[in-house]
Amino acid sequence: MVPELGHFALIIALVIAIVLGTVPIVGAARGNAILMSVAKPAGQGFFVFMAMAYACLAWSFLADDFSVLNVASNSNSSLPMAYKFAASWGSHEGSLLLWTLMLSCWTLAVTAFSKHLPDDMVARVLGVMGLVGVGFLLFMLLTSNPFDRILPGAADGRDLNPLLQDPGMVIHPPMLYMGYVGFSVAFAFAIAALLGGRMDAAWARWSRPWTTVAWIFLTLGIAIGSWWAYYELGWGGWWFWDPVENASFLPWLVGTALIHSLAVTEKRGSFKSWTVLLAIAAFSLSLLGTFLVRSGVLTSVHAFATDPRRGVFILALLVIVIGSSLALFAWRAPKVGLGGSFGLLSKESLLLTNNVLLSVAAGSVLLGTLYPLFLDALGLGKISVGPPYFDSVFVPLMVPILFLMAVGPITRWKNQELRPLVRRLSAVLAAAVVLGVAAPFLADKLTPMMVLSMSLAFWVFLATAFGIVDRVRAANGKPGAIPMSYWGMQLAHAGVGVFVVGVAMVNGSQTTADLKMKVGDTANVAGFDYRFDGINEIDGPNYIAARGTLTVTKDGEPVTTLHPEKRIYRVQQMPMTEAAIDTHITHDLYVSLGEAVDQDTWIVRIFHKPFVVWIWGGCGLMALGGLLAAMDRRYRKLAARDAAAQSNAPTQAGGTASLRPAPGSQGA
Amino acid sequence: MMRFIWPLAIFLALVGFLAVGLNLNPREVPSPLIDKPAPAFSLPVLHAPDQTLTQNDLKGQVWLLNVWASWCVSCRQEHPLLVELAQANVVPIYGLNYKDERNAGMQWLSDHGDPYTASIMDADGRTGIEYGVYGVPETFVIDKQGVIRHKHIGPITREALEGKLLPMVRELNAS
Repeated sequence: MVPELGHFALIIALVIAIVLGTVPIVGAARGNAILMSVAKPAGQGFFVFMAMAYACLAWSFLADDFSVLNVASNSNSSLPMAYKFAASWGSHEGSLLLWTLMLSCWTLAVTAFSKHLPDDMVARVLGVMGLVGVGFLLFMLLTSNPFDRILPGAADGRDLNPLLQDPGMVIHPPMLYMGYVGFSVAFAFAIAALLGGRMDAAWARWSRPWTTVAWIFLTLGIAIGSWWAYYELGWGGWWFWDPVENASFLPWLVGTALIHSLAVTEKRGSFKSWTVLLAIAAFSLSLLGTFLVRSGVLTSVHAFATDPRRGVFILALLVIVIGSSLALFAWRAPKVGLGGSFGLLSKESLLLTNNVLLSVAAGSVLLGTLYPLFLDALGLGKISVGPPYFDSVFVPLMVPILFLMAVGPITRWKNQELRPLVRRLSAVLAAAVVLGVAAPFLADKLTPMMVLSMSLAFWVFLATAFGIVDRVRAANGKPGAIPMSYWGMQLAHAGVGVFVVGVAMVNGSQTTADLKMKVGDTANVAGFDYRFDGINEIDGPNYIAARGTLTVTKDGEPVTTLHPEKRIYRVQQMPMTEAAIDTHITHDLYVSLGEAVDQDTWIVRIFHKPFVVWIWGGCGLMALGGLLAAMDRRYRKLAARDAAAQSNAPTQAGGTASLRPAPGSQGA
Repeated sequence: MMRFIWPLAIFLALVGFLAVGLNLNPREVPSPLIDKPAPAFSLPVLHAPDQTLTQNDLKGQVWLLNVWASWCVSCRQEHPLLVELAQANVVPIYGLNYKDERNAGMQWLSDHGDPYTASIMDADGRTGIEYGVYGVPETFVIDKQGVIRHKHIGPITREALEGKLLPMVRELNAS
């Protein structure tokens, strides 16, 4: 009964989404206020029925309804409750439902936070989101219904993939999807702007907080996924350049470019068509990621069970959504003006460079990801593209980005004299290089790569601090007078520096040892002594495990006791390693169990990973910075002003070109 | 104004590749041995170690070479299909008992059934290397002239058997 209710709710949601995707857009084109007013209630209805459908699926999982194919394939009666719930998005069908639920959440959020927006804008934005919803609901109902039954029902389920039975996996997909789907709002704003011919500072200002919030979710989602890979896969890596990881990284790169480009469009009215293109690209790449994971065109560890019919459907969906947006772009963008001019050296030019570099980086990651497919499609052979390609392409692009990232915030809009800038920053640069050489020297890892990365990290830290001091001084020593978005930007930039330190230290100075250890053996890895005290069998809820005990000491002083596990999950008979990690701010001690050689001898893998938590800490700071920026009071204050201006000048479909730079435009 | 059309053009080119990609299987790794003579071997027979079998003994018929081992978990998955195929008497199946111990191998066959006309012992895995074996099980289709015509990696599924292997055997037998 409940699964049928869920199925029915999906059908109603589809009907509402069709209404949402057509009526308000027609209304906006004709200036018909009644048709436009359908948008908000329809958007809310879309959410209500999606939430109902999802609740039905979650209930089926929690209540062990194994007559639902999806439940029987991905859950088991002995699975812990939290994982039964997480299993509801563990499959292709369930994750699509989650995707669409999140789209409806974002739609609801737009209906709630759009009081200050002109009616035609709201109608178009919600309408575009409704159209995206129609595509995904059709996809689900026609090819991937999460409520399909098997009759007679199964006695018990085949269990959730053990890799996914982990707290990290419970939060990683929802975070990531919130990010992916969140870019649909920026996308909808861009399409609405193209349709309405309205691409002004106000439009950019409305888009900015939405884009930033989506970017925060995506940042956290990727970071959690990377952290999960680090502790769950047992080989101590944190990024593998797997096609599906790249699929999440591509929208992140373009989204980051979009955030910076929107700043210019809001403050200076420039880059308008470029900003629109980035907004379309960020969401298109999210959709492309969805296609890559589900169609089986690439080999990846993450791929869902694939089915060519689904592949054809998603490809058609991509063509319709992305193709029509790009066609609209080609048609309408030439009419968009150019905006304010700027000098060769200015905040605009630096942000433009940032945009170009991030886009080139995204392009080269996309190329590397799809290259095996290109060659195969052209009949030129089978290859795989791995980390050597990505490292050698990506690193050179990141160096100028990091260098300019520290310069941008202290550069003026419009035009910046070179000489004062050099005068102010040369001491900072010199200090960064000195520290960048000294740090690896003290750690006894003096390599060119290490010096380069550490110098860049110190450069980011010092120039950020310098910029803040300068800014506080300009605000007459009152930090409270500086807008929140400024602090957010600087915090996010510092987060990038923290991230760089983590990556440089792990890549440059980690220690790895693969050892055959007998009970009682002691091994010294990077100054720590690990004594192997034996293995005992333990019984988990749905697995059995061999649990090792290693006592770690440093110079005779006890440090910690680590318990790595090797689990066998009963239903799927799949072995899993659970690494034991002792995390400190300056290093991680990481132990994972390999195979048993005999009764008391095991292969043990021990890592010493300096500063590895800085990688995820840096991502956390970036996300926190994004949060501060999104919370800036200015968005609400100026939104109220825009609304007042709108009520004086009633709805017009023509292009209004109000390009006043907002007050306080120093801090983008 | 042309520059605004570029994104659309690039996207459409990408779609073309993705559409072609949908019909390709990225997991299918072609074997360089296809349409090449089967590498030579001379190995003892599992059930009669004093006899040896060479690839020349098998010429004149279409046959399957199935790489298996008692330690191989996924071999158990395909084994019932092989037993069924042997009973149907369509094509002789020869087993390459790969990096295994003789007793363990014989025990395994008596437990799970023996579909093989004969199994040969490749204890040190040399012949496996010659055949480019990188995972067990693997199955080769070899024609009357002793040329490898197809290689199946991983456990045989009913789909693969009926859709690819058997039609191929029939075609080769007819020629």
